[in-house]
Amino acid sequence: MKSRESWGRYPQVEQQTHALVWRTDALPRKDGSLLPHGLGRSYGDSCLNAGGTLLLTSGLDRFIAFDPATGVVRCEAGVSLDTILRLAAPRGWFLPVTPGTKFVTVGGAIANDVHGKNHHRGGTFGRYVRRFELLRSDGSRRVCAPDEHPDWYGATIGGLGLTGLVTWAEVQLTPISNPYVLQETVPFGNLDGFLDVARASEKDYEFTMAWVDCLARGKKLGRGLLYRGNFAPPQFDGLPLARSHLSHGVGLAVPMDMPAFCLNRLSVSAFNWLYYHRQNGKPKQRLTHYDPFFYPLDAIYAWNRIYGRRGFLQFQCVVPYSTARDALKEILERSSRGGLPSFLSVLKTFGDIPSPGWLSFPREGVTLAMDFANRGEKTWKLVEDLDRLTRQAGGAVYPAKDARMSPENFAAYFPQRERFMQYVDPSFSSSFWRRVNPVSLPFSLAAERGETASPPPRSLLAIR
Amino acid sequence: MKKVLVLGATSAIAQATVRLLAARGASLYLTGRNAANLDAVTKDAATRGAAKVASQVVDLNDFDTHEALVEAAYTALDGLDGVVLAHGVLGDQAEAQRSWAATEAVLRTNFLSAVSLLTVLANRFEAQKAGTLVVISSVAGDRGRQSNYVYGASKGALNVFLQGLRNRLAKSNVAVVTVKPGFVDTPMTAHLPKNKLFASPEKVARGLLSAADSRKNEVYVPGIWALIMLIIRTIPETVFKRMKL
Repeated sequence: MKSRESWGRYPQVEQQTHALVWRTDALPRKDGSLLPHGLGRSYGDSCLNAGGTLLLTSGLDRFIAFDPATGVVRCEAGVSLDTILRLAAPRGWFLPVTPGTKFVTVGGAIANDVHGKNHHRGGTFGRYVRRFELLRSDGSRRVCAPDEHPDWYGATIGGLGLTGLVTWAEVQLTPISNPYVLQETVPFGNLDGFLDVARASEKDYEFTMAWVDCLARGKKLGRGLLYRGNFAPPQFDGLPLARSHLSHGVGLAVPMDMPAFCLNRLSVSAFNWLYYHRQNGKPKQRLTHYDPFFYPLDAIYAWNRIYGRRGFLQFQCVVPYSTARDALKEILERSSRGGLPSFLSVLKTFGDIPSPGWLSFPREGVTLAMDFANRGEKTWKLVEDLDRLTRQAGGAVYPAKDARMSPENFAAYFPQRERFMQYVDPSFSSSFWRRVNPVSLPFSLAAERGETASPPPRSLLAIR
Repeated sequence: MKKVLVLGATSAIAQATVRLLAARGASLYLTGRNAANLDAVTKDAATRGAAKVASQVVDLNDFDTHEALVEAAYTALDGLDGVVLAHGVLGDQAEAQRSWAATEAVLRTNFLSAVSLLTVLANRFEAQKAGTLVVISSVAGDRGRQSNYVYGASKGALNVFLQGLRNRLAKSNVAVVTVKPGFVDTPMTAHLPKNKLFASPEKVARGLLSAADSRKNEVYVPGIWALIMLIIRTIPETVFKRMKL
């Protein structure tokens, strides 16, 4: 059958697909398990279902209602954040929380309880989900809200699509006066510098995130640029494009899988050096449209193809403030030593606003995201080490970006796992879920376990 | 087209067309057989900016309803200046070869019900001396092939009917637009293996509306099908009858 990939393009698995068409339809009866799949922007195997069926939600792309007075939008789960922005931004409403790409569905944003540049002020996406309908494989439908089936609500937000199919959801948007962001870029010389400027920025800036030069070492370890910003006040309303939704998502494209030699230590090193020094060491201010501010990578269609056919491994962890300084230092040192440069590394502080989701990833502390071209065993060992350092620091790793964390680490990172398991639909599963819960295999998946359990045989890492 | 009746509005091509019309702020009267599905499309259109949306659950195979349906659309939208006729079935060729009932069902939905509706609508538009009738046909109507000639015949007959209607209404300022999509990736073709010739319903909808805007006569969407069908129509029948198509 048609093959679907995750954004990291690893692992590659065989699975069936079933396109959903109407939100009132019953779930299909299939041999093997089901998993909802939106736009496939999860990096690892949480959006894959080897040997089972993916329920493609892209056909559930209808709006149900939008109230321009209150900013409440109700839509089917396959509607993308891009589509919501097209409707809402020209009418003065923006997403309450947005990840670094607008090409994710509402269902996916709920299933991964996504976060964005405003986590320190706004928390996760799940907090703004007023209600949704959950369709289970037994045919039951529940409208879930904080005060209606709160257990199903908490299990499903961040629940990786395992509790059933979200057919529609209602989201509270946030008002904006115009589509502009006043952005400031502040260089920092090392990790301590980041922590100082990031904490200091939290009070006055709605949005913060930092790019880090992961090849800098020694005293410069952790140097980078912090981006902070706020939506522009009403005096900027008169500018051109003020009622617009820009979407340059189809401007540039990576036309083919890039050969492996294009991305090496030298090219990544040069990119990082140039990027850092473009700034001349001084803060810079500018006015920008929200699209390039929030979604710089959306401008390059299928940017994941620069990693070639073997794909890449993403790694995103969060560590608490108490251990952040030392743990991040070790993690950055380990990755700069690895000989496998991360093309894009991002640091961000998370606030203490709790999420309603039981399996939600964000928690107070500092988060670091990196991606590594898949170079086989070497890459795997590096990411394993980063995982170990994260666990020692009392942190957690993000399932949406993971293709390899161990069952033990998953259990350590997500203490509500046991409670959550009782809410998993018996007919739903994912490659990720079977990997981190090897004892509860619903049916024989021995072959798949061999592929992803650690440590993997070398030959399997080369699987494309 | 500002006030548009969309027949078979829950079909994939119609839904994509409805979205584009809604975004333009058109008023819409939508029909479909399934109440829940029609409601989903209606609410979507209303949210996306349609000036007005009304809908009616109706089985267009019931010809007796057609007069009243058109009347209801005129009343709800305070007039009509456009129609998108999008309802249709693909049928099962093998089943149709075994059973006249199956063949008749395809002809009834794709040809007869369209003719019945267009008879009512053409007289209205002729009288008001304005309007655009857009009918979704198919490339399959251009030449009979063993793999789907019953469906092809229903569309081919429809094409000839539309030619005559266009000829009749030309002097009354009424455009009759025959839209011939090739393969479209919709629930109607979900069971078929996909290749590069399959177009998205969105692409077909854009082609459909651009043809309606410029009051074209017959259009292939995507345009490549004009070339493909030219070749297919040119093959001599003596050769064609031996081909596996």
